[in-house]
Amino acid sequence: MKKILLALGLAVSVALPALAQAREVTFTTELLDYGGDGAYMALYLTDASGAYRGTLWVAGKKSKYYKHLSGWARGSRLDPAEYDGLTGASITSGRTLKITLDLDDALIDSGHEVRVDTAVEDMRDNRADVAVPLTTEGAGKPVSGRGYVRSFRYDF
Amino acid sequence: MLRILHGLPGLFAVVFLATLAVTGSILALAPALDRAGAVVPPAGDVSVAQMAGRVVSNYPGTEQIVRDLSGQVVVYYSRDGQAGANRVNPVTGERLGAYQPSAFFVWIRDLHRSFLLDTPGRMVAGISAALMLLICLSGMVLLARRSGGWRALMRPLAGTGSKRVHAEIARLAVLGLLLSALTGSFLSAQRFGLLPEVSDPGPGFPAKVSGGQPRPVDQLQALSEVDLNDLRELVFPYPDDPQDVYSLTTTGGSGFVDQATGELLQFQPRSTGSVVQQWIMRLHTGEGLWWLGLILGVAALGVPALSVTGAIIWWQRRRSSVQVQDNVTVAEADVVVLVGSEAGATWGFTRALQTELTKAGFRVHCAEMNALAHSYPRAAMLFVLTSTYGDGDAPASARQFMTRLRDFRAGSALKYAVLGFGDRQFPNFCQFALEADEALAGKGLSRIQPVELIDRCSAARFSEWGDRLGTAIGTPLSLSHDPVPPRTFRLELAQRVDYGLAVQAPTSILRFRLADAGQGWRSWFFRARRHSLPAFEAGDLLGILPPQEGQDARFYSLASSASEGVFEICVRKQPGGLCSGYLHGLKPGDSVEAFIRQNPGFRPATGTVPVILIGAGAGIGPLTGFIRKNTARNPMYLYWGGRSANSDFLYQPELGHYLKDRRLTGLSTAFSRSDERAYVQDRLRQDERALRKLVETGAQVLVCGGRDMAAGVKQVFEEILQPLRLEVDDLRVQGRYLEDVY
Ligand SMILES: Cc1cc2nc3c(=O)[nH]c(=O)nc-3n(C[C@H](O)[C@H](O)[C@H](O)COP(=O)(O)OP(=O)(O)OC[C@H]3O[C@@H](n4cnc5c(N)ncnc54)[C@H](O)[C@@H]3O)c2cc1C
Ligand SMILES: Cc1cc2nc3c(=O)[nH]c(=O)nc-3n(C[C@H](O)[C@H](O)[C@H](O)COP(=O)(O)O)c2cc1C
Repeated sequence: MKKILLALGLAVSVALPALAQAREVTFTTELLDYGGDGAYMALYLTDASGAYRGTLWVAGKKSKYYKHLSGWARGSRLDPAEYDGLTGASITSGRTLKITLDLDDALIDSGHEVRVDTAVEDMRDNRADVAVPLTTEGAGKPVSGRGYVRSFRYDF
Repeated sequence: MLRILHGLPGLFAVVFLATLAVTGSILALAPALDRAGAVVPPAGDVSVAQMAGRVVSNYPGTEQIVRDLSGQVVVYYSRDGQAGANRVNPVTGERLGAYQPSAFFVWIRDLHRSFLLDTPGRMVAGISAALMLLICLSGMVLLARRSGGWRALMRPLAGTGSKRVHAEIARLAVLGLLLSALTGSFLSAQRFGLLPEVSDPGPGFPAKVSGGQPRPVDQLQALSEVDLNDLRELVFPYPDDPQDVYSLTTTGGSGFVDQATGELLQFQPRSTGSVVQQWIMRLHTGEGLWWLGLILGVAALGVPALSVTGAIIWWQRRRSSVQVQDNVTVAEADVVVLVGSEAGATWGFTRALQTELTKAGFRVHCAEMNALAHSYPRAAMLFVLTSTYGDGDAPASARQFMTRLRDFRAGSALKYAVLGFGDRQFPNFCQFALEADEALAGKGLSRIQPVELIDRCSAARFSEWGDRLGTAIGTPLSLSHDPVPPRTFRLELAQRVDYGLAVQAPTSILRFRLADAGQGWRSWFFRARRHSLPAFEAGDLLGILPPQEGQDARFYSLASSASEGVFEICVRKQPGGLCSGYLHGLKPGDSVEAFIRQNPGFRPATGTVPVILIGAGAGIGPLTGFIRKNTARNPMYLYWGGRSANSDFLYQPELGHYLKDRRLTGLSTAFSRSDERAYVQDRLRQDERALRKLVETGAQVLVCGGRDMAAGVKQVFEEILQPLRLEVDDLRVQGRYLEDVY
């Protein structure tokens, strides 16, 4: 757990020298025109058994709404240390969120999954709106979500 | 000052406030609509486990069940990889319809919250809510002041036109608006971090779960112990994850439920802070309190009306107010001039006085009598110029004077003089000026010169007063102010009905129309002009200028209102009477010069309290006008005295008609030149017990007519009130004994 967090920490930490096996990954999440307020989103990783391993990004600034991102909330236990420095604004209906992070090579092709939980005020919460394995093969292939996500892809 | 505090924010924020109010009242419908569409079983009938079981049998892919405060139950599910949300019947688990928050309501809500401008818009909305709070509070104080105390707020209001409408709406809406503004400001202040926000993080995820074989949801013990009506939210475990749990949120708190053992884990009661927080939210939105929502919504609808009437009042005041120039502050003034005025005539004289005093080198502070300061540290002279209104009462700008005088500290050097303005046609000529003069003497101040009274704004008398004052203070003053006469218009007699000739009391009902409304373009022109006429209602006064040069106007009480399009008065011909004789000589088509004088102090109460109307002779005019307007069928009783039922029974057919259609509840007449030889006072005495009962239930008394009759009626009422330990003056203070006497 610690190690993965450290590796994930690279995404924002320039203080640590880049690990040799780190890879730059871009996650692109395009939302539907669902017509509500800005969406809260959590992008996070789970392992092969579905257990939470670490946070990639949280869109939405007000932590009081984080519990609606229920899969991520469970895994991270909403511990601020889990998402410190990994938050940004909520995403307006129809817009796209693009984030680029350095990920440890060991996380790719090893059964890990990227999940996206989404929630919009007064509309339904979507636990695992998107759930895709993180594989070399899957890179660059868009998948559609079940809730507010029109398409999601990662590239490296 | 308070008035500025009340009006200025309104003027600036009117667009925002009106938007907030209109969108707010639309949003206020949502709780009632939600409640109407919800199925709510009685408490104790359905448990969360039962409900969840039925829902899951219809929606195998259930992920989350949410029950909102209106009772609406929504299931979030996934089917064939697609997410969906439906409203369900919690008793059967069956679909009621798709859950699709209305795009319209979402748009309205964003307009309400942020004017569709996000953070800057939210800030404006928050500031508007705070301004609304300020306007509500200052408005309440203003209204209480105007009505004469907080308890008077419940009583019928005086006033006319926009002022009256503004006050009536405000009184009905203010509590709702206060609640909305207060909670709205609070929520906004939290949003911008000005106030701390309580957030309940909820319990931590359980460290260990049994991990056993999951049981069907309807067999989970912890869920069968929670009543459906206490449920807020149930989140299902992720499919095929034995380590996952149910998350349960109830009205009492939140925790987790083991999917195998059905045990409640880590339950944490809701913190007090979060309960309070939620109530503030509910009091603002009416969520789950549909009736409150509707009340708040209706109150909010008052805002556009209040904005419009408020703007009209502000405009009227601006036009009529006299801008005081060269006014020095209380602290610097060596001369203080206080003004008591209702319609503004006295201000004109004040300005002349102030200009002269300033020219003579004095530093003059000029203000309304209501603004009497605690003390005037440097002042050596105090002048009080005041008119008298009602029945010898204070005019509007002097109503607080006597109360404020109690706390007034006069320096030993301060001397004063009072100048009263009034009209000898009224029984208590300049009564209030006399009382103010006495009251100041009672505070130990000494007079510069004795009180003087000016009849009908006489410019000559004013100038003479100035000469005497100049001598008394050793500085010659030449005061001249010729008030602009009231704007008059021509009326044409349209119809007259004559009574009382046989009993030597000739009295006529005269109906006038605006003259010159001829044919073609002229009628258009004059019809347009009609809109610029002052509004009037029954009980207001019509001033008529006698044709003879130099004669003052005579007043006649109006029996009609502007909406009827006629000016109806009832005139008794006085022996040798100049104006009444002139009016009695008019033939249909003849015209007179006239103007309107409002008399807002003489109006029946609105609402359902009984109204007792008492009059004699021509005094029946405005009383009939009140009855005619009583389309709400409030209880109204008329006592009227004439000479003979055969000769001067004014309005006889009309009153019969009103009795039949119940605009008039009861009629009692007394005729002095018939066999009964009775006066209206005798009829009152006969009905003594019934009248006492009516007064006990809050009835209001209106007396109109000659002063002898009025004095007699007052006498009888003192007797009627005695067992109640009340006096006519007590009722008068409450606005429940009104007189229009001449
Ligand atoms: C607020 C108010 C409301 C009024 N409403 C009405 C109304 O609805 N109908 C109506 O007919 N009048 C009403 N009057 C009285 C009216 O204004 C005149 O005073 C009245 O018509 C007499 O005027 P005049 O020019 O004919 O008499 P004047 O020429 O002024 O006086 C002639 C003689 O009549 C006597 N006189 C004057 N006024 C009265 C009086 N009120 N009672 C008894 N004797 C009097 C005088 O002492 C004198 O002897 C009202 C007065 C006021 C102040
Ligand atoms: C409804 C009404 C009642 C009045 N009552 C009295 C009164 O009781 N005694 C009096 O001397 N003048 C009375 N007046 C006359 C006014 O005091 C007088 O017109 C004065 O000049 C008005 O000054 P203002 O416009 O500054 O208020 C009354 C006027 C009206 C319209």
